[in-house]
Amino acid sequence: MTVRTPGTETGAGTATEPEADERGPDPVKVRLDVNGAQRHVDIEPRVSLLGALRDELQLTGAKRGCDQGTCGACTVWVDGRRVLACLTLAITCEGAEITTVEGLATPDGTGDGRLHPMQEEFIRHDAFQCGYCTPGQIMSAVGCVREGHAGDDGEIKEWMSGNICRCAAYPNIRAAIRAARDRV
Amino acid sequence: MRPISYLRAEGADGIDSALRAVTDDPGSDFLAGGTTEVDLLRQHVLGPRRLVDINRLPLAGIEELPDGGLRIGALTRMSDVASSPVVQERFPMVSRALVLGASAQLRHMASMGGNMMQKVRCGYYRDAESPCNKREPGAGCAALTGVSRTHAVLGTSEHCIATHPSDVAVPLAALDARIRTRTLDGEHTYAFDDFFLEPGDTPHREHPLTHGELITAIEVPALPMARRSLYLKVRDRESYEFALVSVAAAIEVRDGKVGGVRIALGGVGTRPWRARRAEDALVGGPATTKSFDLAARAELAAARTTPMNAFKPELARRTLVRALETLTRDGSRS
Repeated sequence: MTVRTPGTETGAGTATEPEADERGPDPVKVRLDVNGAQRHVDIEPRVSLLGALRDELQLTGAKRGCDQGTCGACTVWVDGRRVLACLTLAITCEGAEITTVEGLATPDGTGDGRLHPMQEEFIRHDAFQCGYCTPGQIMSAVGCVREGHAGDDGEIKEWMSGNICRCAAYPNIRAAIRAARDRV
Repeated sequence: MRPISYLRAEGADGIDSALRAVTDDPGSDFLAGGTTEVDLLRQHVLGPRRLVDINRLPLAGIEELPDGGLRIGALTRMSDVASSPVVQERFPMVSRALVLGASAQLRHMASMGGNMMQKVRCGYYRDAESPCNKREPGAGCAALTGVSRTHAVLGTSEHCIATHPSDVAVPLAALDARIRTRTLDGEHTYAFDDFFLEPGDTPHREHPLTHGELITAIEVPALPMARRSLYLKVRDRESYEFALVSVAAAIEVRDGKVGGVRIALGGVGTRPWRARRAEDALVGGPATTKSFDLAARAELAAARTTPMNAFKPELARRTLVRALETLTRDGSRS
């Protein structure tokens, strides 16, 4: 027999009764598939994918620039699509494949330490100065090519406009993307 | 960011459980693409205690309707609608408006239902500090005497002049789209015009939806002339920027006369602005630059400007005229 204290009784499904599969606000176990490996983190549901990657998994390639979806420095792939890790909650990514710049060179564990063609071309074309935006630029650039929008400079400009470079390395970034276009 | 709880809606009764979870709890919000919700949570503009993740509900995809229209599932991402061949073929202005909005990354994330629910970009709303009648009814409006260059000139009130920010809502307004929703009571349909509320005395009410009502789809009825429609967007920089003025338009010309026309304006209204005055002025008349100009003037006569956005009616007039000139310059005089 269940004993209930008068005054604290609440019906099922009311606002204050947590539902069975509600998680948080305290830290919960979240399983993430990052660069082909299963990782577990204990995080609050409010933690962004960017926060989980950088602060929990020490994958600091994706950068915290604006933290409000404006600059593109945090660009990673979720299920192969370029997205902003700062506006994505990590807990929503359970079951998805996350790829960061750290996983770009050898996503399948092969490659003998070679860089991804886009990374090679960024180096060859000196497509950065301070380098802060570069991981986001590279992840976005591969997406731009795969989506079929790297046809000419005008198209690259438009489809890379979500990645800001305060050093204004844009001409070199476009040159790198043009060069990598047929190798991606 | 304040702490939040998380509930993922999935499985056979996922839609019902999501509806129940949010309806029963004023502190719960739906979470779709998150591009507005997470942003504004972090900035303390929105303050739900719990997010109900609807991303795994079966509400994505584009279906062809028997009449030649389309049904766009609420969770279809902006990028998928933009690149859909059937959207590009039947409603090019919808695809174009999507491609010219946000960035590639945001378009992969943001859902179409969320696009309809996105919040205004008024800096005073989003700073979580300034007086704002949307954020805190009765607090006043800092934009009225503040920096208002990007603010609206149509449909404003003395309580709010924030511009509706969506690009794709502009062609959808021109197309008489319908918003389909669900509540625990069943399905509901809103005409596009009824879905977006002008601020009036209640700028915090942006939609007629009840708490816990979920957009399930956007229906776009067939419109043959929309196959040659366009979306013309004017902004401060070429890409990744909101519209100062935008025009979605489709026009049918027979023997030099306007047989039918659809026009909506973005960047100038407190809601996606269907330009019915301009349409009425045009139908049956000659398809000339002079009539386009008169029609634009008829629409914009009601504009109320601030010293900072007084350029907008003239910019809107020119953009509207250019859009109609572009559409009628070639091939459409059949």
